[in-house]
Amino acid sequence: MANNPIIPNGPKPKSIFTTRNILLYGTLLIVAIYYILPLYVMIVTSLKGMPEIRLGNIFAPPLEVTFEPWVKAWSTACTGLNCDGLSRGFWNSVQILIPSVFLSIVIASVNGYALVNWKFKGSEIFFAVLLFGAFIPYQVMIYPIVILLREMGLMGSLWGLVLVHTVFGMPILTLLFRNYFSSVPEELFKAARIDGAGFWGIYFHIMLPMAIPIFVVAMILQVTGIWNDFLFGVIYTKPDIYPMTVQLNNIVNSVQGVKEYNVNMAATLLTGLVPLILYFVSGKLFVRGIAAGAVKG
Amino acid sequence: MSSVLIKDLTLKYDHLTILDKLNMDIQEGEFLVLLGASGCGKSTLLNCIAGLLDISAGEIHINGKNVTWAEPSERGIGMVFQSYALYPQMTVEGNLTFGLKNAKVPKPEIAKRIAKVAEILQIESLLKRKPAALSGGQRQRVAIGRALVREVKVFLFDEPLSNLDAKLRADLRIELKLLHKRLKSTIIYVTHDQVEAMTLADRIAVMKNGVVQQLDTPNGIFHRPINRFVADFIGSPSMNFFEGELVTLETGQIEFKTAELVFNVSDYEFTNATPVSGKASLGIRPEAVSTGANIPDNFFSCDITVELVEPMGSDTLVWTKLAGQNFRFRMDGKATVANGDKLRIGFNPSSSSMFDAENEDRL
Repeated sequence: MANNPIIPNGPKPKSIFTTRNILLYGTLLIVAIYYILPLYVMIVTSLKGMPEIRLGNIFAPPLEVTFEPWVKAWSTACTGLNCDGLSRGFWNSVQILIPSVFLSIVIASVNGYALVNWKFKGSEIFFAVLLFGAFIPYQVMIYPIVILLREMGLMGSLWGLVLVHTVFGMPILTLLFRNYFSSVPEELFKAARIDGAGFWGIYFHIMLPMAIPIFVVAMILQVTGIWNDFLFGVIYTKPDIYPMTVQLNNIVNSVQGVKEYNVNMAATLLTGLVPLILYFVSGKLFVRGIAAGAVKG
Repeated sequence: MSSVLIKDLTLKYDHLTILDKLNMDIQEGEFLVLLGASGCGKSTLLNCIAGLLDISAGEIHINGKNVTWAEPSERGIGMVFQSYALYPQMTVEGNLTFGLKNAKVPKPEIAKRIAKVAEILQIESLLKRKPAALSGGQRQRVAIGRALVREVKVFLFDEPLSNLDAKLRADLRIELKLLHKRLKSTIIYVTHDQVEAMTLADRIAVMKNGVVQQLDTPNGIFHRPINRFVADFIGSPSMNFFEGELVTLETGQIEFKTAELVFNVSDYEFTNATPVSGKASLGIRPEAVSTGANIPDNFFSCDITVELVEPMGSDTLVWTKLAGQNFRFRMDGKATVANGDKLRIGFNPSSSSMFDAENEDRL
């Protein structure tokens, strides 16, 4: 073996500095900078004191790092008469988020499962009507919902908002689950029926364990959607139970006194943190779930 | 005693009739094969028997009980699917026990049945595995096992071997036959594969457009097809057909005449005793043709030129022309024939199959 000369194998290695690569990665780099720059400015500003901000160098790193704006944004920033910062809004948002996400996903997954496997007379029409709901601009429904909630005695309550979020999540989530379950071979469902499993037996023992990726996708969609919601929150709740986004707006847009840019930046970052963390944690599952729903035939 | 009895079963979707007034009486311990091209309604019929499809009219009795509107699990059937349909998130053992747990069978009994089925199908070593970790043949064994643990008297198979490769299919076919001999249970088996149908069945039901064309033993189907569709559908390569006319001579002899050929069919066993005449077609199986010196005197014989030879190992298919139309026949695999060879061939027209030219029924 030692006598054999080393013969190069495979195609000739290419230089990485081709015109194509430079153009491709150059474009990507510019776009990445474009998107990351505002975030950088926000982080940097939130770590500066007000005197430093007034110097005007918004891109400069902080000379003196201070976490005071973060603390203030979380616990002492004032909105109107309340001076307990974003923390109140955070817990309100959590209380709105958990039941809304849970209820909407549970109901939509059962919807999707029933629409695929337990077709009833008119189930196609039912689905078409549900889908149609996704295309109606929801602004036209704001006032009717106000009346509905008032009649139900839920106006201005946390559960009223939960109901609104659950209902508005229905079309897209049902579509998501229906498409996923229709990719599950029909014979599996038949086999389970012969094995004596009923509606719920098949749902819990056969379908649910197979649908974990799509549950993750639905969860991400709902968590980000509901957490970032401003309009429903400001309309259907009252100041005591405003979600975090509304609270943030009230802090940032308050017209009295000095504009505390560092506190505003910190408050905005805090509010965006929840969806951001969710993406980081479940990004891989998200992509996998979307792909599984789309390709599996 | 009949095990599965189907009375006037009809299935309609809106105005489309899928199955039309179907009647069938399947005996206990019988292996019945539903055979037909795709879209003929054979799988649909099986799904109706299983209770997975609601029928429009008619009755289904299983083991003497009217189960027309019973739930699939209450009909006393087990079913095996083409795609195996194993629950992917459960182990093999989980797959086998799922139905028993739903039926609230006591645990010791479950364990006993699993052990028995695992032994029959030789899947003891696979019990803790997930379906994804099994080969195609193993998956199908587990799927069969899932039907077996139910300890029912009727098994439904929906093209269970179609997803396997040729060798494995042949192996499992033998195993299925042995299994049927051992269990002595009723099996209804859907396939589009003639070889499977012929080798496995006690009786075959040939279906077309939701109607059973012929329900007979494999031999009966092959040698006495009831109409031209069955004759054409069964057998590979299919039958050679001649179009012509039946004539009864003054001597009492019956002849089948085409434009160029005359076959004496006096000894043909007609379905109706009444003398026949008129337009008809005559079919000769490629297997019924003899060559060379061993052609009996009462056979029709003629000389042909070989146009194409297809050696298949065990036998050889020869394509030629007879009276201007394509004609194929089967020879011994050891025969040495080449394109362009001249051969003398013969066959007995009286043991052929003849069909009415109009309604295509057997004469």
